[in-house]
Amino acid sequence: MKKFILFALLALSPLAVQASEHGGAELLHAPVNAQDKVSLQNGAKLYVSYCLGCHSAKYMRYERIASDLRIEPKLVQEYLMFTGDKLGEQMNTHTDPKDQAKWFGAAPPDLTLEARLRSPDWVYSYLLGFYEDDKRPFGVNNHVFKDVAMPHVLADLEKEQTPEEFKQSVGDLVNFMAYMAEPIKAERERLGVFVLIFLGILMIPVWFLNKEYWKDVK
Amino acid sequence: MNKLFTNLMGWVDARFPATETFEYHMSKYYAPKNFNFWYFFGVLSMVVLVNQLVTGIWLTMSYNPSGEGAFDSVEYIMRDVEYGWLLRYLHSTGASAFFVVVYLHMFRGLLYGSYKKPRELIWLFGMGIYLCLMAEGFFGYLLPWGNMSYWGAQVILNLAGAIPFVGGDLVQWVRGDFLISGATLNRFFALHVVAIPLVLVALVFLHLVALHHVGSNNPDGIEIKKNKGPDGVPLDGIPFHPYYTVHDLVGIVVFLAVFCAVVFFFPDGGGYFLERPNFEPANPLKTPEHIAPVWYYTPFYAMLRAVPSMFGSAFPGVIVMGAAIAILFVLPWLDRSPVKSIRYKGWMSKVWLGILVVSFVVLGYLGVQPSNGHTLGIGNTLLAQILTVLYFAYFLLMPFYTSIEKCKPVPDRVTGGSH
Repeated sequence: MKKFILFALLALSPLAVQASEHGGAELLHAPVNAQDKVSLQNGAKLYVSYCLGCHSAKYMRYERIASDLRIEPKLVQEYLMFTGDKLGEQMNTHTDPKDQAKWFGAAPPDLTLEARLRSPDWVYSYLLGFYEDDKRPFGVNNHVFKDVAMPHVLADLEKEQTPEEFKQSVGDLVNFMAYMAEPIKAERERLGVFVLIFLGILMIPVWFLNKEYWKDVK
Repeated sequence: MNKLFTNLMGWVDARFPATETFEYHMSKYYAPKNFNFWYFFGVLSMVVLVNQLVTGIWLTMSYNPSGEGAFDSVEYIMRDVEYGWLLRYLHSTGASAFFVVVYLHMFRGLLYGSYKKPRELIWLFGMGIYLCLMAEGFFGYLLPWGNMSYWGAQVILNLAGAIPFVGGDLVQWVRGDFLISGATLNRFFALHVVAIPLVLVALVFLHLVALHHVGSNNPDGIEIKKNKGPDGVPLDGIPFHPYYTVHDLVGIVVFLAVFCAVVFFFPDGGGYFLERPNFEPANPLKTPEHIAPVWYYTPFYAMLRAVPSMFGSAFPGVIVMGAAIAILFVLPWLDRSPVKSIRYKGWMSKVWLGILVVSFVVLGYLGVQPSNGHTLGIGNTLLAQILTVLYFAYFLLMPFYTSIEKCKPVPDRVTGGSH
């Protein structure tokens, strides 16, 4: 038994190491909360307004956003669907990747899974990590992703808002990206509770059945 | 109703040994009554095997084994297929769970000498199963066509490339292309879903047939068939059904609770069951920062890296890695001890088994660490070299320490048990 516990501890120990894997700069903690529908709705709006022009989210359907984030399908069509025609469509961008590669030096990647590829903390720190740098083509550089080809797309928003409001907006955007990377997360955790409760209840008859049979074994 | 059932069974039994088989393997299969915690992992392996087969079949219904479609089809399963996410998480978590229970099952074998005469063939079939599992894991890992899938397969296939003279051609033959491509993915899919599972299930069948022929070992390592009552039933044996069926149910429910907690709350396994780089499609031009195999191969991977290249070839490392697995096959003939169970073996066997466990686990840890780092103040490469030597020493020195150590007397009847 002791060995088993040791084994379990050692098997889990690499989890602690995982956190340290990024390009140097300390990462900020992203305020991710899959239950916060208001934050997710605001994040969806920001994604469509600021990101979708270049970055597709080709595995995400508008219809899914409508149902998961409790937004009227009509409102989704009116306010979120600038690039799509049908509600069941995926969030594609209408810009040609070849043109994009010409303009920016690299084609902007699809961002559906970005929050799972990099971690929400990374995306949050990255979006808040732009600073002025005259040596770069767009006049900005990034603390987290050095010499990134992307300009500071949220610069206008940053000027309009107070630093606190801007952090909040970026937080909502990252929350939405975390949702988009795994839309089922909230539902899976909700279901998981019932599955574990069921197994807990199942344990009762199973335990007594075992006890009943084994009482005659001398 | 009862009469109808008796008549029906009579009809079947005249044509097929249904009742006979049930009695032979379940209701009249006498298992020692002193099984402990470690004896759950055999049946748990079966549970996970069934999980992998069933979820695997349903995954193939929506998966697209092509370089263009594989990654997208996995996301399609995760988002658009009803409960597809659950099938996929059950399958991906199941792969790791399979190795957890199988490693613990193998450790049980080492602990109580279950590989010793007359159970050598059970051990050999089991090792065959272990090899199949490693192959399943390797082929299956490429299928989601993520970037780590691609580069992981690249690293492992290149190992075969280190074989002198034929290596390069061999790798090209396995890949079916000049680099890992859709052609490779297609053949890996065929091997993963048809070829290996067939062999695996056949080996599991043989493993059980051999086990039920000689009877189960137990924590005391006593042959219960040596002490039979007047009715020919071993005195320390109890019918597998119903005693161990109801007993195993308890273990299965506990296991499912742990398993489901991972599936529903931590399906990424902290980046060790589903790795971050696998959330972008395979890209031959973009190497992930840090390539490490999945955790269940890492002890062997650490051994591979620990061996220095000779004449610019990693081949010696490949040999050591292969030998680390191959040596397990001859284990039954390395153990010269007159007793089976660790309970009655001398202190040297206990110390060496402890050394083996520590080496294997720490090597597993080192396998995911960069080889130029440090652990406990020792360079990772040096530490891996020391542990690799200790791993082999457990096996190679076994004929000596098991024959010279003083064993405790083994009782005639099993101890403990009823619980």
